[in-house]
Amino acid sequence: MNPEELQRIAAEELQAKSAAKHRIGVCTASGCLSCGSREVLKAIEQEAAARPEANLRIEGVGCMGLCSRGPLVMVQSGPVPAENSGAGAETAFLFKELTPADAPALVAYLEQQKSDPPTVAAGSTASSLAAKRCDLSAPFFRRQVKVVLEQFENIDPERIESYLAAGGYRALLDCLHHRRPVEIIDEITRSGLRGRGGGGYPVGLKWSTVAKAGAFVPQAGRSSRQSAGATAADRPDGPRKYVICNADEGDPGAFMDRSVLECAPHRVLEGMAIAAYAVGADFGYLYVRAEYPLAVERLRKAIVQAEKRGLLGRNIGGSAFNFQVEIRLGAGAFVCGEETALLASIEGRRGQPRPRPPYPAEHGLWGCPTLINNVETLANVAAIINRGADWFAALGTEKSKGTKVFALAGKIKNTGLIEVPMGISIHEIVHEMGSGEVGGIKAVQTGGPSGGCIPAEHFHLPVDYESLQAEGSIMGSGGMIIMDEGAAMVDVARFFMEFCVEESCGKCAPCRVGTTQVLLLLEKIGRGEGTAADLGQLEELCHLLQQTSLCGLGQSAANPVLSTLRFFRREYEQLLVDNTGKSNETDGSQSPQQGPQEVKK
Amino acid sequence: MSGGRVITLQIDGRDCGADENQTILEVAQENGIFIPTLCHLNGLHPVGGCRICMVEVEGAPRPLPACVTHPAEGMRVTTDTPELRRRRRLILELMLAEGNHVCAVCVVNGHCELQELALQLGVDHLEIPALYPRREVDASHPRFGLDRNRCVLCTRCVRVCGEIEGAHTWDVMGRGLKAAIISDLNQPWGEAESCTACGKCVQVCPTGALFEKGKATGEMVKRHLHLPLLTAMRKEEEER
Ligand SMILES: Cc1cc2nc3c(=O)[nH]c(=O)nc-3n(C[C@H](O)[C@H](O)[C@H](O)COP(=O)(O)O)c2cc1C
Ligand code: SF4
Ligand code: SF4
Ligand code: SF4
Ligand code: FES
Ligand code: FES
Repeated sequence: MNPEELQRIAAEELQAKSAAKHRIGVCTASGCLSCGSREVLKAIEQEAAARPEANLRIEGVGCMGLCSRGPLVMVQSGPVPAENSGAGAETAFLFKELTPADAPALVAYLEQQKSDPPTVAAGSTASSLAAKRCDLSAPFFRRQVKVVLEQFENIDPERIESYLAAGGYRALLDCLHHRRPVEIIDEITRSGLRGRGGGGYPVGLKWSTVAKAGAFVPQAGRSSRQSAGATAADRPDGPRKYVICNADEGDPGAFMDRSVLECAPHRVLEGMAIAAYAVGADFGYLYVRAEYPLAVERLRKAIVQAEKRGLLGRNIGGSAFNFQVEIRLGAGAFVCGEETALLASIEGRRGQPRPRPPYPAEHGLWGCPTLINNVETLANVAAIINRGADWFAALGTEKSKGTKVFALAGKIKNTGLIEVPMGISIHEIVHEMGSGEVGGIKAVQTGGPSGGCIPAEHFHLPVDYESLQAEGSIMGSGGMIIMDEGAAMVDVARFFMEFCVEESCGKCAPCRVGTTQVLLLLEKIGRGEGTAADLGQLEELCHLLQQTSLCGLGQSAANPVLSTLRFFRREYEQLLVDNTGKSNETDGSQSPQQGPQEVKK
Repeated sequence: MSGGRVITLQIDGRDCGADENQTILEVAQENGIFIPTLCHLNGLHPVGGCRICMVEVEGAPRPLPACVTHPAEGMRVTTDTPELRRRRRLILELMLAEGNHVCAVCVVNGHCELQELALQLGVDHLEIPALYPRREVDASHPRFGLDRNRCVLCTRCVRVCGEIEGAHTWDVMGRGLKAAIISDLNQPWGEAESCTACGKCVQVCPTGALFEKGKATGEMVKRHLHLPLLTAMRKEEEER
């Protein structure tokens, strides 16, 4: 497909959209599907078919953020806004918790073509509907800045035309026809984009390392020991570089990447293709958790569609660039999200990390230079190409540019998926967007099992890589669990340590055994049997994990313990007993058995 | 390994010349500086698993394993500090607590690398609770035995079997504390068809986990000094 064809298809799609009086988008991402959005979509379609004069266009679309209140349905009227304009449709209503029974009222209401929103008039058909309307001017929606999640409410994830109409693949064709790889890398570098997989490594720097690395020519004959076990058919037969999209998202409670894959699979593919062109790769893998069947299904569809349109495969967009993408399924080990374990897993070996250096950028898949980026990282790429590095760099803080997607969960009213500019304060997220009760909230946990808890006194902090790290937590991939006074911090730490015990791969001794010993101590202290010496031992073991573990899992496994010790040390101390078994504290305000209700497996 | 650039670095204040493809451990050994190791074995591909060989490198945020870290120009390495010693002792304690190590009734008592390391580092008792796991013993092989209770998962056996003998009988199954050495597809060793009964794994095993049947404790001395020779011979053959 050349740029003209792309324009034509996009224009046709837009015209078809604009021809309808109202556009109804029903969320068909996992969250809403699980509470029945497919049935709602069907009911609305049936109702609309019975009333063609209503002139409705009904689509399954992507996640609209308020996932806990699904199924969500967006109704838009008026002309379709120009892509990337940032403007919404002329009028847009969002309904939550719709059921198939609401369909007749909705369609009947739209047919009447009133311009004002449905009101709660007693007895009217629209009254129940009106009660389900969300206030789009609420901070939860208004405070969001969407780059990664942009246009999710307008994109049908299963149709490439829909993505094209939203400005999709324009960046890729622009790159292939008008920009040299170095210029693209320069653009990404200037944008200040950093990896969203947890580490925050500068993306431009990683790309240029891979671009500069000489493509490795695998040796004939005996395989290198690093690659023992790989089948000969898989191993490259010529010089090659790879691009890998890390979609293994294993943090408990995190579903940002899943949402992006399910709602805009083409956005990720486009990012991968641009990356591949920039670094000189011609083959890509999407490493997806097998627990994400819908994401996998939509990615498969998207790859087929993109290949058919000449946007993947050979001579992309009529250029000389070839790029082929395959999906690899992860088998549900958290550690396989770690880049070197991921490589081993793709090569068909046991998913275990190996020491770095050498880094994958120089010595990756089957020894070839390999670019590994996270889903959200890659989903930012097309927007940066389209709108320029300066636009992106203007979002966020000095060192953390752009936006970040978070999965909000826990003791707040509005839970779900949000995208906010970097530098927004935790207070704004928790209290304003999440409508969390001021005063009732104790701490927020960020970064999952590798992260830490930030107490309410520090909620003024801006959300960026450095300030979270300074507080002993991490940005992580974007899980955010809000905890109220009922959360016992020792138990919170114990929950995350249990996760690490389960997920340690067992390769290195400190993590394999150390995590279990830390867990035993946390349990002992939690039961009210720990002594001051145990607390000392606990800290010693935590430092050992941090300092001597082989990979990021072990190195960060102690973070939840250390950060709760830092801010809530009293909760630990209150549980201690002296050597005779008597409680050190007499008030006993902390019940040892109390569990953190927020944290669910 | 050789053939790379020659560089200089400092180990424990001493100036050392090195080939950039060497490891810090190799350079230290060449210069008579002792760094304790466990999973590492000359002649096998290093994996950096036991973390006993951690050394401090100026400017690095955390200690680095000497057996897999390559030297760089001007690097300053410290191999022995009170902090490093404490860490090494704790790691060793973790490993001793992980399995069932009652030396008095062990086949390799007196010839055990783990035991020796514990003596060297001054680990004479455990401050952390022993986990007393119940792990399977495999006595199905006519000549050898495997007692997983004494395994420290160094994977020397896996590597020697795959890299030197070329049989790849051993591998690791399971995660975390449940990780265990298995033969073939988790068949009893005696039924593992790939095993050539060469005994190399037994010789490289640093503990009493792999042992020869019918040998008295005094005889269970392990011999693996010929390994580097074997590797060199194989390499020569490959290059021919
Ligand atoms: C234990 C562990 C699990 C990880 N899991 C993921 C994951 O699920 N998704 C991801 O993108 N990165 C994960 N990472 C980070 C990756 O190793 C790697 O840094 C990242 O994919 C690089 O992409 P980025 O630079 O775009 O962030 C994990 C790291 C560790 C140590
Ligand atoms: S730190 Fe844990 S997960 Fe990482 S290599 Fe070591 S044992 Fe495996
Ligand atoms: S393997 Fe070594 S440390 Fe373990 S019981 Fe036997 S002699 Fe002792
Ligand atoms: S059996 Fe011996 S050589 Fe093999 S992993 Fe265990 S301790 Fe190491
Ligand atoms: S899944 Fe439907 S709104 Fe998020
Ligand atoms: S000897 Fe270096 S990590 Fe085991």
